Amino acid sequence: MNSAVLPGEAARRRPRPTKWAMLALLRRDKFALAAAVFLVVVVLAALVGPPLLGGIGIDMDLMARNAPPFEPDRGFWHILGSDALGRPILARIIIAARPTLLIAAAAVLLSMVVGVLLGLIAGYKGGIVGDVIMRLTDIVMSFPSLLLALVVLYIFGPAITNVIIVLAITRVPVYLRTTRAEVLEIRSRMFVVAAEVTGASVFRTVSRHILPMVVPTIATLMTIEFAFVMLAEASLSFLGLGVQAPDFTWGVMVAEGRSYLATAWWLSFWPGVFIALVTMSLNLLSNWLRIATDPVQRWRLEREVASDE
Amino acid sequence: MSETLLEVRDLSVEFRSSRGITRAVQNVSWSVAPGETLAILGESGSGKSVSANAVMGLIDSPPGHITSGTAMYGGRDLLQLSGAQRRGINGKSISMIFQDPLAHLNPVYPVGWQIEETLRIHGVSSGEARKRALELLEQVKLPNARQRLGDYPHQFSGGQRQRIMIAMAVALRPDLLIADEPTTALDVTVQARILDLLKELQRESGMGMVLITHDLGVVAQVADRVVVMKDGQVVEGGAVGDVFRRPAHPYTRKLLSAVPGQEPFRHVEQKPEVLVEAKGLVKEYLLASNPFKVGATPTTRALDDVSFKLHAGETLGIVGESGSGKTTLARTLLRLTQPTAGEIAYKGTNVFSLRGRALREFRRKLQVVFQDPTASLNPRMSIHEIVSEPWAIHAGVLPRAEWRAGVEDLLVQVGLKPEHADRYPHQFSGGQRQRIAIARALALQPEIILCDEAVSALDVSVQAQVIALLKELQKKHGLAYIFIAHDLPLVRDFADRVLVMCKGKLVEEGTTEEIFARPKDPYTVELINASPHPDPERLDRHEIA
Amino acid sequence: MTYYLTKRTLWSAVSLFGLVVFVFFMARLTGSPVDLYLPIDAPESLREDFERIHGFDLPLWQQFVDFLGGLLTFDFGQSLRQGVPALELVLRAMPTTLLLALYSIGLALIVAIVTGALAAWRPNSIFDRIATLLSLLGASLPNFWVAIVGVLIFAVTLRWVPTSGTGSVAQWILPVFVLAIRPAGLLVQVARSSMISALSSAYVKTAQAKGAAPARIIFIHALRNAMLPVITVAGDQAAGIINGAVIVETIFGFPGVGKLLIDSIMFRDFAVVQAGVMVTAVAIFILNFTIDIVYAVLDPRTRGH
Repeated sequence: MNSAVLPGEAARRRPRPTKWAMLALLRRDKFALAAAVFLVVVVLAALVGPPLLGGIGIDMDLMARNAPPFEPDRGFWHILGSDALGRPILARIIIAARPTLLIAAAAVLLSMVVGVLLGLIAGYKGGIVGDVIMRLTDIVMSFPSLLLALVVLYIFGPAITNVIIVLAITRVPVYLRTTRAEVLEIRSRMFVVAAEVTGASVFRTVSRHILPMVVPTIATLMTIEFAFVMLAEASLSFLGLGVQAPDFTWGVMVAEGRSYLATAWWLSFWPGVFIALVTMSLNLLSNWLRIATDPVQRWRLEREVASDE
Repeated sequence: MSETLLEVRDLSVEFRSSRGITRAVQNVSWSVAPGETLAILGESGSGKSVSANAVMGLIDSPPGHITSGTAMYGGRDLLQLSGAQRRGINGKSISMIFQDPLAHLNPVYPVGWQIEETLRIHGVSSGEARKRALELLEQVKLPNARQRLGDYPHQFSGGQRQRIMIAMAVALRPDLLIADEPTTALDVTVQARILDLLKELQRESGMGMVLITHDLGVVAQVADRVVVMKDGQVVEGGAVGDVFRRPAHPYTRKLLSAVPGQEPFRHVEQKPEVLVEAKGLVKEYLLASNPFKVGATPTTRALDDVSFKLHAGETLGIVGESGSGKTTLARTLLRLTQPTAGEIAYKGTNVFSLRGRALREFRRKLQVVFQDPTASLNPRMSIHEIVSEPWAIHAGVLPRAEWRAGVEDLLVQVGLKPEHADRYPHQFSGGQRQRIAIARALALQPEIILCDEAVSALDVSVQAQVIALLKELQKKHGLAYIFIAHDLPLVRDFADRVLVMCKGKLVEEGTTEEIFARPKDPYTVELINASPHPDPERLDRHEIA
Repeated sequence: MTYYLTKRTLWSAVSLFGLVVFVFFMARLTGSPVDLYLPIDAPESLREDFERIHGFDLPLWQQFVDFLGGLLTFDFGQSLRQGVPALELVLRAMPTTLLLALYSIGLALIVAIVTGALAAWRPNSIFDRIATLLSLLGASLPNFWVAIVGVLIFAVTLRWVPTSGTGSVAQWILPVFVLAIRPAGLLVQVARSSMISALSSAYVKTAQAKGAAPARIIFIHALRNAMLPVITVAGDQAAGIINGAVIVETIFGFPGVGKLLIDSIMFRDFAVVQAGVMVTAVAIFILNFTIDIVYAVLDPRTRGH
């Protein structure tokens, strides 16, 4: 804190275990490392891909209509084949990556913020407010989220913002319940009671003691949820109530390719592969996160780092 | 005791992990004869359970490896047995009971079934097994045994569960019973009854017994011979009387001198000023009930008309077993829960009417040290952040620029080093963590520190050090302690006055000397008698009485 | 336990009611379904007749009161599209969906318990690693894509099974497998980790000390305890299965509730949407209720006294 005031303080070794230890653990888990690298590549492609591609993937090329994959003489972009208008699939996958990831990210963030906030209230305050929150969650949970989303989207129209909001609403209960359960457990831990007994304000107790303990669980949950929301958006788009033209996501691409299934399987196949790969990577990463943030496991790691004492 | 039942020789066990090799026990030797009780005594981390687990074949490999030694039983080396041979001995000739019977009984099967299982595994027919299970439960004195055969483990109390475990273990009249901390989680009165039961079964059957424990009192009470373990090695062994009267090894001497309850009663020097006064405290809890049924909702009284005073600078001991209401009393004193009736006055004002500045003042003057030092320190905060947090909460007590020096001063006061401020809780031992918790409690210069089982989770030798620290701090700062504990000898050494609680009621109150030397209430008498004492001679007197 | 179940039933009724009210008002906010059902140049009088016959001209609260009255007599109104009672349509479609869900969850449970137990017996063995990776993959596959690829491979190319319909057993195979993949992937992971923790528990140590053989330890002591979390998660998957059923029914042309609901949403057939939402929610409640009872049978601790 006030290190400038006290001479010699800077020279003292401060343990900064978690970040380095977690990276070390990531290096040890080959699958998680591969997943992380793949996700970074996909995100980079989504960020810088569309401007670099220019017209590739948008301009029609009637010579290459439904061209099959793996025909190198058509050029690199046609390596995964082309769609009914001759547009290379690979380029279209890169263009679609941005809306696909953005919709999922926005929905995950929105549901996380709302869910964690309500979960903190329901867990820390409890009482009637907590009961009402839990009952509302029950209502949302008692019905298949996809059907609920379909009903709502049809009523309000399938705009991208509506898709995001609907996906967020159907996923709020997951964060809410997790946060509430964690808060209830952490609240009864002795160090929280010790702070309360010393006179700590609610804000201090929550922000200093409870929230930092909930963060790892929520981070793990968010990675799984990202995968789930991506699949849900793809399903909605597949059923025609998600993203609408001219925008398109991987889910839309699978749906559009369905009518050419018997003649040009690659139209549906490749975008689906990308959905599966990103989902799989997220699941692998969340598995790793769960281990890396598990107190017992981290404990061992931190002891390794601190064992020079 | 010429013949030997089981002889363990030169046993070494190590656990291999990616971080390296941990030598759990090294060249450990002990033996036990029929009808004899051998105690393996050690503190946490001494490896006292490892050799018994090796004998039973319960060491998971990997990571465990037996690197040397033999365990001779009936002419065979138990460490060399095949799986099938091992299963022929386990539960039949040698059986084992454990510390936490709730976890060690399978939660989804009735207890009768679990006892029958032991018999059926070793070839007893189902019908015969059912009959024997009932006899066994009666033999271990489980009340209403016949009706309770079909009940599940969670429906029993801790002591009853241990009786069921014992019934399972003695079902086939084994030659040897290994008991790993069998009474550690139990109340003292229950502990005494379980130990009596074990002795009685041993007298009837003539089986040998190996008792693994950290409690010197238990050793003195039931064992014939003892081996003392430290850091995976046997440091001393012999007849209990010899070892306890003339300990040869310095560690044994240290252990024996650390045992509480040996010092003279504290000199009571009561100051007139009353800091806290509890008047007629009642706390009722609603029992879970069916709200569709009409009628009064059943309640249970966790506190039943409890009144007492705490004077400045004194140590008030509060003793009681589980369910006595001492935890509820602590929570009420800390204003964490509202009493159903009665009040607690701090310097004449009811603490439940305190608001704003007055409440903050009360919070400042009453601090707390909890039982489990691991749970009471936020694992994500550095020691500096933990100890200085009270100053962050109570702005104006100490300017921020002086926190660093303040924390270092407190750490020195509790026997730690200034540079420890930059570390995190998991880098300390249990005893050190409790010192950190004490430093945090001292930060606001309180008048009262409530110690809720503050040393119960610590090893005896560490316990003694922490108590010494608390005494020293009391002298220095004129602190008053409310010392809540289930361990009577500890309270005897440390408290000026004692309250004895039972089932929510205050059954007796007096100076420490009055309570321990001249107890009046029958419950107090039972409590004091049940508490095991490490002096073998005292024990003889108790048994005769 | 009875108290718990009663309480749960009551709360579910409240949830159901909330859901129905929500859908009712949401649906009415979109405007009149008249626009969808009558030609754009339909005369004003025809529109008014249509509105009056179906009660769309009444004030919203009046429509709501009528709707609630109908609920009490299980009358959700007529289907606009087909002119039969809405509930009848839904109930006719329900068995198909329920069977689809039941077969899938049953298949997923069997796969999960067998694979999970085998993987847990030797953690980090080759089998365990492959099972873990495959289960992660299973949980990651979008089921509409699996359905399409499945049709492509097994129906179009290999011609082992038909592409759609519900007439024969063969027609059920692909949909059930497609629907089971995701829950199976999830449940394998749950089964594996709960089996590992059961095998390292204290009561297993007791069983070893009794002299119990490995088979007895796995199948009698550990498995029953390890089933408990698996069943809880399987219950949570019930709603997810219905999600999947919507898609699978659409792709395979199954006449289930999912397909009916989607078609009704597209045609603004409110009465059928209402009835479908209600019946689906009730079905999920019954599923969860059954799972609670199974759980109580397996775990005496939840039974109470």
